[in-house]
Amino acid sequence: MQGHVDEHRAGGVMRAGEQLPELRVTPDKYLTVRYAGASGDFNPIHIDEEFAKAVGLPGKILHGLWTMAQVARAQTEAAGGPEALRRLSVQFRGMGVPEQELVVRSTVREVADGVATIDAVAEQSGKKIIRNARAEVRIDRS
Amino acid sequence: MPVSTEAVGKTYPPVVYAVGREKVREYAAATGESNPVHLDPEGARAAGYADVVAPPMFAVVYSAPAIGPAILDPEVGMNFATMLHGGQEFEWGPVVVAGDEITTAATIKDISERGGMGFYVFESTSTNQRGETACRATWTNIVRGV
Repeated sequence: MQGHVDEHRAGGVMRAGEQLPELRVTPDKYLTVRYAGASGDFNPIHIDEEFAKAVGLPGKILHGLWTMAQVARAQTEAAGGPEALRRLSVQFRGMGVPEQELVVRSTVREVADGVATIDAVAEQSGKKIIRNARAEVRIDRS
Repeated sequence: MPVSTEAVGKTYPPVVYAVGREKVREYAAATGESNPVHLDPEGARAAGYADVVAPPMFAVVYSAPAIGPAILDPEVGMNFATMLHGGQEFEWGPVVVAGDEITTAATIKDISERGGMGFYVFESTSTNQRGETACRATWTNIVRGV
């Protein structure tokens, strides 16, 4: 099952040093509730404002794995489909919150043997909430 | 209190997850996917897939029933009050589509302590019904003040 999604390919050939298109998304007030249902992670720090404040958080915080999914989406949208993404690793730092724009920035580090290695960060209000993200994306799908 | 490393190497029974079309669509919508291969069975078929394709990060959904008991295991003994999800890694094989059955096995890869923090590293391997590795994952949780 290879090469079926080329009509969605947006990025063309990736080269070292190239920036991929930025992904910008603003999670709405109830996003964490929908993601809790979709993922099965109902930790109340993500869905209950009062509980989150009671444990010292500013309010409901985003699920780290939702934010990681945005980093993944930035890669698959740039590469032309879900099959392209071979590997993704991230470090979670800080906390994401609803109703603030999230920006994923990705830079191609190197290209070898049909695989692009990409560095990415996810920021909200200038604060990195995912850093040291590293993706491997297959660009040669022949 | 120093961290206990007794549970390192412990394995948990594999868990089978049946990938459903509406679950994939729900997950894709919640994570902002717009590619029709994730959302529209017709679009997926037109692109050559048997049914809607799970976005790569859907791995968290089919892995959860296997990794959950490891994270909650009293023998591992994480203090959830001060636990943070520190890092995560996935390595993917063939894409997962609705109708697949994914079997995931979890293990405790490492437990260590540095600078007053406990590092708990879990590993999961997810295999599809054809015996192919759909995903390998490493889950790192950090517990402050151990």
